[in-house]
Amino acid sequence: MQMLFDALSLGSLYALGALGIALIFGVMRLVNFAHGDVISFAIFALLWPSVDAVAVVFAGDLPWFLLIPFVLAMGAGLSVLSEIVVFRRFRRANPATMMIASFALGFVIRYFLLMLFSSRPKSISLLPALSQPVEILGARIPLLQVITIIATIAILFALTAFLKRTRFGLEMRAAAENFTMARMLGVRANRVIMGAFALSGALAAAIGLILASQTGTVDIQMGAAVMLMAFIATVIGGLGSLPGAVLAGFLLGAASVVMQTVLPIDARPFRDAFVYGAVILVLIFRPQGLIAARGSKERV
Amino acid sequence: MSVARRTISTPVILALLLIALALMAVFSGSRPFNQTIIDIFLRVILVVGLYIFIGNSGVISFGHAGFTCLGGYAAAWLTIPPMMKQTLLPGLPDWLMNLQLPFWAGAIFAAVWAALWAAVFGKILMRLSGIAASIATFAMLAMINTIYSNWESVTAATSSVVGIPIVRSIWPYLIAAILAVFVAWAHSISRAGLALRAARDEPTAAAASGIDAPKERLVAFIISGAVMGMGGALFAHSIGVVTPDTFYLTLTFITLSMLVVGGMGSLSGAVLGVVILSGLIQGLRWLEAGVSIGTTTFAIPNGLQEITLGIVMILILARRPSGIMANSELNWTRSRSEDPGV
Repeated sequence: MQMLFDALSLGSLYALGALGIALIFGVMRLVNFAHGDVISFAIFALLWPSVDAVAVVFAGDLPWFLLIPFVLAMGAGLSVLSEIVVFRRFRRANPATMMIASFALGFVIRYFLLMLFSSRPKSISLLPALSQPVEILGARIPLLQVITIIATIAILFALTAFLKRTRFGLEMRAAAENFTMARMLGVRANRVIMGAFALSGALAAAIGLILASQTGTVDIQMGAAVMLMAFIATVIGGLGSLPGAVLAGFLLGAASVVMQTVLPIDARPFRDAFVYGAVILVLIFRPQGLIAARGSKERV
Repeated sequence: MSVARRTISTPVILALLLIALALMAVFSGSRPFNQTIIDIFLRVILVVGLYIFIGNSGVISFGHAGFTCLGGYAAAWLTIPPMMKQTLLPGLPDWLMNLQLPFWAGAIFAAVWAALWAAVFGKILMRLSGIAASIATFAMLAMINTIYSNWESVTAATSSVVGIPIVRSIWPYLIAAILAVFVAWAHSISRAGLALRAARDEPTAAAASGIDAPKERLVAFIISGAVMGMGGALFAHSIGVVTPDTFYLTLTFITLSMLVVGGMGSLSGAVLGVVILSGLIQGLRWLEAGVSIGTTTFAIPNGLQEITLGIVMILILARRPSGIMANSELNWTRSRSEDPGV
């Protein structure tokens, strides 16, 4: 039972991250390496610049119903800004160039944070009420895990509804499937791309919130670890396929948790090596990903 | 004229450029500057190693830093004095424990060792192409890093392995860098290199002409793995210490950025990308140091150098999306030379 919840909550994080990367990849074929740094940025937006070990809180004292929208808005804002300032110039560039540009942008964001906050992890108590355990079916589960899972499911449903039921969502799906065609049929390219960036940024901010309240610390590096797994999830899910990204995110989370318990003690430190080995296996048998996005097959 | 004679000017020009840098370091007589040039040569080796695979196959690899890691640790195993190895790395087999090679022999074995693993991984991975291949190479890097970070008895886990003999002379690095450039050139005009570029540009036509793309990719992967392994060994000798994280994401992205900024499809681009970005990094470092001389307490904010570097990279790429050299090479004649072999 404990294991199930561990797997689900870790998977939720990966799934949300993968979704953020897949959204942007879908509309503009950009593998966004700056995503992890958006995660860190959104959470650092709660703090005043300082180099102390204990965070000097600025917006973190807000009641939760103001705090959450604030963080989400910071993530979305930074993401849209990065689109306007940087990625707009790379519309015609090949994917490798865009990828390196996004990496350079992430570099800039990370060192900007480093300048303001130093590289020391800071302790912060965010939404402390959530760390109490609750009893579910005989297992003691931290309330936060339950909320993480519920929130992820809610986000997934809201996003599905948004993509399937609203006009904007329809435009976004059309753009993801065939960008040129969608433009010819009157979809406003820039609006759709900005929408995708805003959504992806908000998702990144949500991950930041969950991570910060889970660990009680904020750290400049914390976005990077989730981002790598999310990135892998996006690819084995089938690049550009949103359901694939979510599925693969949960699978990766489950694989990590299961291997942690199943592997013999001696091999446990090498858990990640086994997870990555599994990733290679999946890629070899399904190079297109678990759920291949339409139009993403290589034409040879 | 044969292909070799028509294209030899490119590696010769690049070698002359590297020799000029080495002479600058020797005549300046300054130790820090000498070290800076050594760092540039090391990056030239690594980025040229990347170019051999990425440039010719068009598949972006995130995994090559893994081969550098293999090479660096192989150099540590082979060249640290046996006495130190016994306390530091007790898990090594006896024959390796009692062995101590000179650094150049260690570098050769490191290259062979990395090439061996490149062959093993490549055999599996080269069936993939496009972004799936990139992610698979990344997974390979993460596997190598996890193993080296946790295998206490032979890699000292995450603590640093010290005692690798430090080589301060600039010549071995120069020779290795020039060697890497010529290996890359020889591969790119060889049958395997031409076939690989054909498969990169026109997969269908290449397959129809009987080119086995996975096989040609594997050849390039092994050669570039060997060059990366040699680079890793020399890297270890330049600083005397190895840790698994030296050879992880930061190194991957720095070398990849240099290659893309220089121009992914060009050997000259690989070398120039290193020289230009390294020059920029060094210039910014000097600026930082220069400003902080005036007052004692006032220090330039930590990180300004990296921020400027990132912004300059974005600007260069926005201006020239296919890198500084795009697909062309430096040449004597100013004739059109889109590709070294054509």
